[in-house]
Amino acid sequence: MRTPLTVRLFAKLPRAGWAALALFALFAWVWVPVAHLALPADHALHLSSYWVSLLGKILCYMVVAVAMDLIWGYAGILSLGHGLFFALGGYAFGMYLMRQIGRDGSYGADLPDFMVFLDWKELPWYWTGSDSFLWALLLVVAVPGLLAWVFGYFAFRSRIKGVYFAIITQALTYAAMLLFFRNETGFGGNNGFTDFKRILGYGITTPEMRVILFALSAALLAGVLLLGRYLVTSRFGRVLTAIRDAESRVMFIGYNPLHYKLFIWTLSAVLCGLAGALYVPQVGIINPSEMSPANSIEIAVWVAVGGRGTLVGAVLGAGIVNLAKSWFTVSFPEYWPFFLGFLFIAVTLFLPNGVIGLWSKLRGRHAPATEEEAEPAPAPAAEPAVLTAPPTESTRGAAA
Amino acid sequence: MSTVIDRDAEQANQREQWEGGANIGHVVQPGELDLSHDVILYLDDITVSFDGFRALNKLSLAIDAGELRCIIGPNGAGKTTMMDVITGKTRPDEGKAFFGQTLDLTRMSEPEIAHAGIGRKFQKPTVFEQHTVFENLELAMKADKRVRRSLFARLTAEEGDRIAAVLERIRLAGAADRSAGLLSHGQKQWLEIGMLLMQEPKLLLLDEPVAGMTDDETERTAELFVSLAGEHSLVVVEHDMAFVEALGGKVTVLHEGSVLAEGDLAAVQNDQRVIEVYLGR
Ligand SMILES: Nc1ncnc2c1ncn2[C@@H]1O[C@H](COP(=O)(O)OP(=O)(O)OP(=O)(O)O)[C@@H](O)[C@H]1O
Ligand SMILES: [Mg+2]
Repeated sequence: MRTPLTVRLFAKLPRAGWAALALFALFAWVWVPVAHLALPADHALHLSSYWVSLLGKILCYMVVAVAMDLIWGYAGILSLGHGLFFALGGYAFGMYLMRQIGRDGSYGADLPDFMVFLDWKELPWYWTGSDSFLWALLLVVAVPGLLAWVFGYFAFRSRIKGVYFAIITQALTYAAMLLFFRNETGFGGNNGFTDFKRILGYGITTPEMRVILFALSAALLAGVLLLGRYLVTSRFGRVLTAIRDAESRVMFIGYNPLHYKLFIWTLSAVLCGLAGALYVPQVGIINPSEMSPANSIEIAVWVAVGGRGTLVGAVLGAGIVNLAKSWFTVSFPEYWPFFLGFLFIAVTLFLPNGVIGLWSKLRGRHAPATEEEAEPAPAPAAEPAVLTAPPTESTRGAAA
Repeated sequence: MSTVIDRDAEQANQREQWEGGANIGHVVQPGELDLSHDVILYLDDITVSFDGFRALNKLSLAIDAGELRCIIGPNGAGKTTMMDVITGKTRPDEGKAFFGQTLDLTRMSEPEIAHAGIGRKFQKPTVFEQHTVFENLELAMKADKRVRRSLFARLTAEEGDRIAAVLERIRLAGAADRSAGLLSHGQKQWLEIGMLLMQEPKLLLLDEPVAGMTDDETERTAELFVSLAGEHSLVVVEHDMAFVEALGGKVTVLHEGSVLAEGDLAAVQNDQRVIEVYLGR
């Protein structure tokens, strides 16, 4: 007798989690719409469009952070190319947004402006169907998912791990960026896509649309958190963390890590793609700089700051770093990279378990920590020494 | 896409056939463990070289079904490397390795070999330190280990009982909810033995299972192993001669990657070449 998945999905959340989720829902689906739409602009509690867009953008980043945490924090696979999947989701939906501009572009043509500029006469084949919303949604999931699956299959099958894997993912996103910079690639070159007008025929810059996109981002985050929670508390999640800590051991008890890694890796990429698709209409632009290696590194920094290996940590990290970033870029834009670097070093040196680790440490001093919190956050353990069989004294002599 | 799914199916197939085949007796199906000649493990002329150095040198060995075999030998003799070959971690350069009459171990992956019924305890205890003792046993439990099952797996009452029984057997019932990383060295060894039992393997490979145990723990481990023999086949690598004596099985001496002597402990201990290897140099 099996309980339906949905029941189990919800049964696993502790009471504090439910309270937090309810508060979040209230904030995102009631307070923000009211404060933005209903309250007059001069009201003290009015939420400006700047804030709605900024918060909506950060919600998307939070989804990416959770996706990153699932593979880095739980499966021990550090990706420094997750910005690519995010950008691909954004581009996939951006194609639809470009088509929705219709003849309202500067050239008044059927083709997107950048194609007219390149003197193209018709849409390239891979733009086929891009005027359909559903097709766009399919691409948002399928393109990052498929790329991740193929890449992951070969990387994991060859047992590429750790730093090597991270470097290859950096190279991947860098290569994609160069490709997308080229005009001939057919995605708007270095300007990318912008000047969007409509989604499903409705104006994209209206306050209502802004609130809807915000609410959808919040829904995505809530859904991703629930899904993540289900995964990491399932047996699947326990196998993942076991792979992180002692992969060979996992193989000898009969699990095939390839399939486990591939599943979580592909899922993670798809979640990034979805986040990217919601991000693009909110910020109004997507260009190849989203694929820059630095962007992907920043994603890892969010998770490190928040505390990897806890879902809440990833969300907090993305929130803290991005709020700090938007403050910096307004006040002292030129210092942001230094601050980011400083933050990363400081966290690595003093807060190996991130903000969450600090918090539970502080709490642990007052009250006995609960089982889950007491658990030291996962530092990917080194391969057990026996598996690499260092030569012993006597054998070294024999080998010589 | 197809490759992965095919392998999944292959594994499932193998497992089903193995489970189903256990009662049928002598009808040999591909992928099934065939014990018709009473030999469970058969190594023939296995050679493994690391950068020209022969860790195993034309090693031949046969283990009978239900046998308890001890392997001894000086450091670097190749004992661990032999287990690496049997479990698929290291591919031999030459030679044959068969599980039963039909399963060619040199062509199977680590998880496939584990599913076929070979369990291994490592020289250095490797338990999942971040997981609880209970979770360690749950992960090791013989079950469908594919992704789509583990996503929805829930512990049945019967499985819970099995884990409880093993917890009793390895004397860790009181520590079920503790992180495995907090156990003593001896307890980790026991937990690893427990994980092995959860897999319900036909053949158990145990690499120095009593290292770091107290005399009392060592004695109990010997009792446990003797009680397992018969139903399971065991290959035990150990340096502790008192323990080897307590196990009482046939002893194989490895030296420089091949078999130096074989027989009961007393005979082996009186063998002139064995004495030289252990005392000489
Ligand atoms: N991956 C490897 N690379 C290079 N040499 C190796 C490797 N694995 C094992 N060796 C060498 O092969 C030889 C046999 O090693 P093995 O670990 O099998 O010995 P052992 O009999 O288990 O010794 P011990 O009693 O110390 O555990 C040693 O000389 C060792 O240095
Ligand atoms: Mg050894």
